[in-house]
Amino acid sequence: MNKRDYSLLGANARKAVETGLSAADWYLTDIPRKDMKALMQRKDGPAIRDAIILFGSMIILAGIGIALWPTWWSVPFWLGYGVLYGSAMDSRWHECGHGTAFKTPWMNNALYQIASFCMVRNPVTWRWGHARHHTDTVIVGRDPEIVAMRPPALFRIALNFFGILDAFSGWKRMLVNATGRLDAEEASYIPESEQPKVVRVARIWVVIYAAVITLAVATGSILPLMVIGLPRLYGAWHHVLTGLLQHAGLAENVIDHRLNSRTVYMNPVSRFIYWNMNYHCEHHMFPMVPYHRLPDLHQRIKHDLPAPNPSMWHAYCEVLPILRHQLRYHDDFLQRDLPHGAAPYRVDLHRTALGMAENVTTAVPAE
Amino acid sequence: MADWIDACAKDDIEEEDLIRFDHDGRTFAIYRSPDDEFFCTDGLCTHENVHLSDGLVMDYTIECPKHNGQFDYRTGAAKRAPVCVNLGTYPVRLDGDRVLIQV
Ligand code: FES
Repeated sequence: MNKRDYSLLGANARKAVETGLSAADWYLTDIPRKDMKALMQRKDGPAIRDAIILFGSMIILAGIGIALWPTWWSVPFWLGYGVLYGSAMDSRWHECGHGTAFKTPWMNNALYQIASFCMVRNPVTWRWGHARHHTDTVIVGRDPEIVAMRPPALFRIALNFFGILDAFSGWKRMLVNATGRLDAEEASYIPESEQPKVVRVARIWVVIYAAVITLAVATGSILPLMVIGLPRLYGAWHHVLTGLLQHAGLAENVIDHRLNSRTVYMNPVSRFIYWNMNYHCEHHMFPMVPYHRLPDLHQRIKHDLPAPNPSMWHAYCEVLPILRHQLRYHDDFLQRDLPHGAAPYRVDLHRTALGMAENVTTAVPAE
Repeated sequence: MADWIDACAKDDIEEEDLIRFDHDGRTFAIYRSPDDEFFCTDGLCTHENVHLSDGLVMDYTIECPKHNGQFDYRTGAAKRAPVCVNLGTYPVRLDGDRVLIQV
């Protein structure tokens, strides 16, 4: 059994740098520059339309929820509002963090700040953490965003369907950062020049939460917290449901996104909430392509990628058994075949990921 | 005084685009702006040594293909995280339909 150390300051982190696995050249499907330029073009229209739908829906749902409070009739409206706050804001945080949602920079920044607040992710810290996720996707010890580690912490993942660990960790970090401190892992990937910004944002958030809590205490009701704060918990389930599929059960320590990222076809409602991040392999290969062009990018390169899962249900039927298996066999993972005519995987770089290393074909159960 | 190097033809670069130019073990990016002006910067992003030539030119900004960091390619100024360090820039002049850079 291989013992994995996912900490960003541990032995695997050093090893990944020493062996050149970190910051390596990743495989990219060949696309003519002219086509790529067309796919990368930015627009404001689609994201403005989606922002109007998103914020309009949130105002209406929260408004009805408040009007019906405290009756049970308000519950469905809070559930709808919660998903938009605690899940749709995850994808807005992500896309605006890349700066690809809108053409106009201030619009990206404005939505990025709002979405970061909703998701309790410091916008400075997480911008740098996500950059690392793109440099070293699912490289053990380097990627700070690995959700399903090996062995997978299934209980932890289950808790996060209600934001229990992630949100509380975000609030805890906010309080620590507000005192002027960063933890060692954060400091390892945020340049010193940016660190004061982490503290400034945390202090602003503390003031906002203090105002909401004060209002709740003054009115003797949790209603203010139903609007700000709690939806990060009761609305988190959709972003965990979709996000878990991005990389779970696939190979670690590879430099070809076709081996470690998953594309899943989803229904239109989930795609609105998730902002097309179901085309995840495509996004990782070409993060310059805005969310609204990912379906086109998918059509353009699908001949070179493993077949997408046709539905979330299908993807979970694939993921859950492998996660369960990994509880005992930490080295096990899914290998995915490429379609006929695709550029083959680099065998020289991916012996383990292609099942050619002894520890994979003869995996022994963990103790 | 650095030499002027014949880097490419004007038409090798589309309007509002860039190309990579390697010379003497170094790599550069040469840009053609929407106003048909030409500029030259270092070819690698200052964040993680990624070639900017696969990136996107928008007006006077080059966006890096890896993490979407942005630079003003006229001045080399870093404009958007995760880039914090400016790009080196180099003089450019035109000689007929040729683009010359001084490096
Ligand atoms: S490598 Fe250019 S922004 Fe990261």
